[in-house]
Amino acid sequence: MSSAIESVGLSKSFGDIRAVRDLTLEVPSGIMFALVGPDGAGKTTTIRMFCGLLQPTSGSVKIQGRDLAVDRGRVLRDIGYLSQRFSLYGDLSVDENIEFFARLHKVAEFKKRREELLNFTRLEPFRHRLAERLSGGMRQKLSLACTLIHTPRVLFLDEPTTGVDPVSRRDFWKILSNLLKTGITIVMTTPYLDEAERCSRVGLIHEGKLVVVDTPQALKSRLHGAVIELVCTEIRRAFAVLKAAPEAAEVQLFGDRLNLVVQDPEHDAPALEARLAREGIEILDKRIIRPSLENVFISLTQ
Amino acid sequence: MSSNSIVVTALTKAFGKFVAVEGISFSCARGEIFGFLGANGAGKSTTIRMLCGLLAPTSGRATVGGFDIEREPEKVKAHIGYMSQKFSLYEDLTVEENISFFGGAYGLSRAAIHGRLPWVVEMAGLKGREQSLTRTLSAGWKQRLALGCAILHEPEIVFLDEPTGGVDPVSRRNFWELINRLSEKGVTIFVTTHYLDEAEYCNDIRLIHAGRLVAGGSPRELKRIYIKNPILEVECDTVVDALESLQKEPWVIETSIFGTYLHVSVADEAEGRARLVRFFVARDIAVRRIERIMPSLEDVFIQRIEEENRGRREKGI
Amino acid sequence: MIGPLMAVVKKEFIQISRDIRTLIFLLFIPGFLLLLYGFALNFDVQHIPLAVCDQDRSVDSRELVGAFTNTEYFDLVARLDDPREVDSLMGRESFRIVLVIPRGFGNNLQAGRNASVQILLDGANAQSASTAAGYASAIIEGRSLKLTMESLSRAGAGKVALPLRMETRVWYNPELKSVNFLIPGLMAFLLAIIVVVSTAFSIVREKERGTMEQLRVSPLKPIELIVGKTVPYVFISLVSSHIILLLSRVLFGVTIKGDYGLLLLAMLVFLLGGLGQGLLISTVTRTQQVAFQIAILTTMLPTFILSGFVFPVRNMPVVIQAVTYLVPAKYFLIALRSVILKGVGGRAFWPQILFMLAFAALTLGLSIIRLRRPDEEDRTRRRKGKNIP
Repeated sequence: MSSAIESVGLSKSFGDIRAVRDLTLEVPSGIMFALVGPDGAGKTTTIRMFCGLLQPTSGSVKIQGRDLAVDRGRVLRDIGYLSQRFSLYGDLSVDENIEFFARLHKVAEFKKRREELLNFTRLEPFRHRLAERLSGGMRQKLSLACTLIHTPRVLFLDEPTTGVDPVSRRDFWKILSNLLKTGITIVMTTPYLDEAERCSRVGLIHEGKLVVVDTPQALKSRLHGAVIELVCTEIRRAFAVLKAAPEAAEVQLFGDRLNLVVQDPEHDAPALEARLAREGIEILDKRIIRPSLENVFISLTQ
Repeated sequence: MSSNSIVVTALTKAFGKFVAVEGISFSCARGEIFGFLGANGAGKSTTIRMLCGLLAPTSGRATVGGFDIEREPEKVKAHIGYMSQKFSLYEDLTVEENISFFGGAYGLSRAAIHGRLPWVVEMAGLKGREQSLTRTLSAGWKQRLALGCAILHEPEIVFLDEPTGGVDPVSRRNFWELINRLSEKGVTIFVTTHYLDEAEYCNDIRLIHAGRLVAGGSPRELKRIYIKNPILEVECDTVVDALESLQKEPWVIETSIFGTYLHVSVADEAEGRARLVRFFVARDIAVRRIERIMPSLEDVFIQRIEEENRGRREKGI
Repeated sequence: MIGPLMAVVKKEFIQISRDIRTLIFLLFIPGFLLLLYGFALNFDVQHIPLAVCDQDRSVDSRELVGAFTNTEYFDLVARLDDPREVDSLMGRESFRIVLVIPRGFGNNLQAGRNASVQILLDGANAQSASTAAGYASAIIEGRSLKLTMESLSRAGAGKVALPLRMETRVWYNPELKSVNFLIPGLMAFLLAIIVVVSTAFSIVREKERGTMEQLRVSPLKPIELIVGKTVPYVFISLVSSHIILLLSRVLFGVTIKGDYGLLLLAMLVFLLGGLGQGLLISTVTRTQQVAFQIAILTTMLPTFILSGFVFPVRNMPVVIQAVTYLVPAKYFLIALRSVILKGVGGRAFWPQILFMLAFAALTLGLSIIRLRRPDEEDRTRRRKGKNIP
């Protein structure tokens, strides 16, 4: 079986609100997949349908070839789910939390697996500490350990790094990357496009619809034109000038530079430079940079 | 009035034996978008609370809008605006009711609120939706409304606490354009966040870790000055397998998977490239491209913090 | 099935043992309340504070006063000189009944004329006032009778006997101690609160923390969750109830006249109903605060007022009596009193056991149905317009 997840026409409505519309998606096994979109786009609703927590209004979901509606019990045994809130028992220790989830999933010899996970997440020295006394990053890792105790084949993470500090976040990513060796498929939702760049496949979701699915690199190559990073004097005035210019498809103002999207760099870039020169704005540095997923997202949703 | 709207000198705050903020000094020019970065617990929130006049420092001084935070906290509060994460709006009030409420809370007279209301509505792009319940607005609009409510009393300095998490890219851009317009009018914007891509919108940044400032400068300066180890992007097959063995190599400082590529941090670029080629050839893995990439602010942040931690460990702190 | 279920039971026990506040609530508060109510709630009216205004100051008047003060019913707390003082002092002072003996009382008695005395009562507390009046009148009538008999025998009638005599025998509570009446009621009251509140808390806590969701993605079945979460509280409630029994015996001398096994059966069935009620509450609330309020409201008041704990059901208006049929504590109380006080066999209260079982079945059944519906929380969130995070 080559697909971890197959959904066809998946939809969910809450009364008049159509949260997810006609989502058809195929996620191959063994990769890290990101479902990206802003708050309210339908990411969490989608992932909850994938986990069997929510019943779709229409459409179907198959996890590892098994239909979720038909075979829910069997499917649940093979998946792990990390919800957005840290759903741990604060008054139980690290060890006790893992044990609880192990028994819940009827894992026969869980002690060995628990040792592995504690080492893997570097929580071993804290094993007797109560979960409520762990830092945010450590709780995140513990949640992950509890989700992995029954060795699922597909892991669902709902905005796993929201609110987590950068160092812990990077740690977490390392753990996830190492997990991929075991052949597990990881599906995560995130509102952060830069996080999605780390995944090998990305699905952009916007207002309940899946806009596009591809590798980050392929998505970026779809963008017509190039992105130029420009450093100049009086960037705010430069911004105003360039925004009004027809040659710039997109202009973005950052703290100390501008990013321009131009369709035809050879032709458009000099024209824009000329405009700036006419305004007395001096260009200090310019480079062609790689487009970000944000550029892609904006061009696709406008 | 000086050209700096916030001046902080050796500010320190201790809670008993625990020193939350230690001797930080910086200044923000008027009309600047200033970024204050740090993880939660690094001393960021404590500093903000002191600057907003909510907490008295243990030692050191700071003036916000020209007013001393210790001696004139009420004046400080009257001259600043504050917009918090996930927007402190009342979901079950309408747009207009929220504006009226916050206006009243800031001590504006009814006439003044009445005068400001159209401006806020216009700025937030909510014309015609004044009677909508706030909860029916999408995140992007709520964000702008929250900003509007925070600047009803026309403060000179606005504190933004993680303002754009989770909002769609278009709304986010519009929001920052709005902030830039404000800043052009001379309003100083003080952004606090631990989302590093938000810091890219700031003109000047300070990084705080374990109560102390550990780096500062514009985004580009930070990337140039503080990255000691160049980062190479490798495009090859079997990225996942390569990762583990690569992590064990002594000349590799740091490595991570980025989509279908590898990011490898090495001590020296030329040497790093050579070693990488040898590594992959020895394992018979095809390499298509090795390229040095610009570090992200996150790379800067993490490298800097790890350096700090190493330094503190060596000193036995 | 055992694996996940035992995991839940074990987890609950660990959590309970680490939650000192709840532990104190479940184990010690009942004992404490028992002490408090047991000693404080006393329907036996004794030591009524009495004031005497003896204007006669004769041997006869002193003997009459003696008749009052020699009993446990009245305590002499004040002597007044003038009956007019009564008006201003009644209600403000500590006495609640005044005996006024006018001048000439003794002379009238000796002369064989009618000698009247006045009894003044503080009617603010109507119940004890009427009791006090009753006692006073009994004392006076008794004294009157005694004096009559004395004068008759002096007049040569010989030993005179009273035509009517009353022999009282009290079944089940020979000393008529109200504490015996109250203890079963207290037990029911405390148990009801304990079991409903703690069960409601237990599920709602999961919801509040967000762990409920995690559980729903696991193979854990709703029935396993319910049983696993309630078993520890059944256990603790039983421990609580035995603490109450022990304390009742040690402090108030209440013993179980009937079969202990039957008592246990009644307790278990009642607890089951309480569990069901607590569970049902937890399926309709989302925060511990609200769960607590509803739990207290639906146990404390009905149990105290409508179960026959303090106020006899038969004295209530018919409509209210009908409502009491819905209060499980009422049936439990009948069963408890039967076993503890009357020592009768199960035959006397099997209808009550059946009612309690029906209540348990109803509440548990409804809870299971509600727990099976997964979408519910999301639907409510969407309806309220909250962003699903």
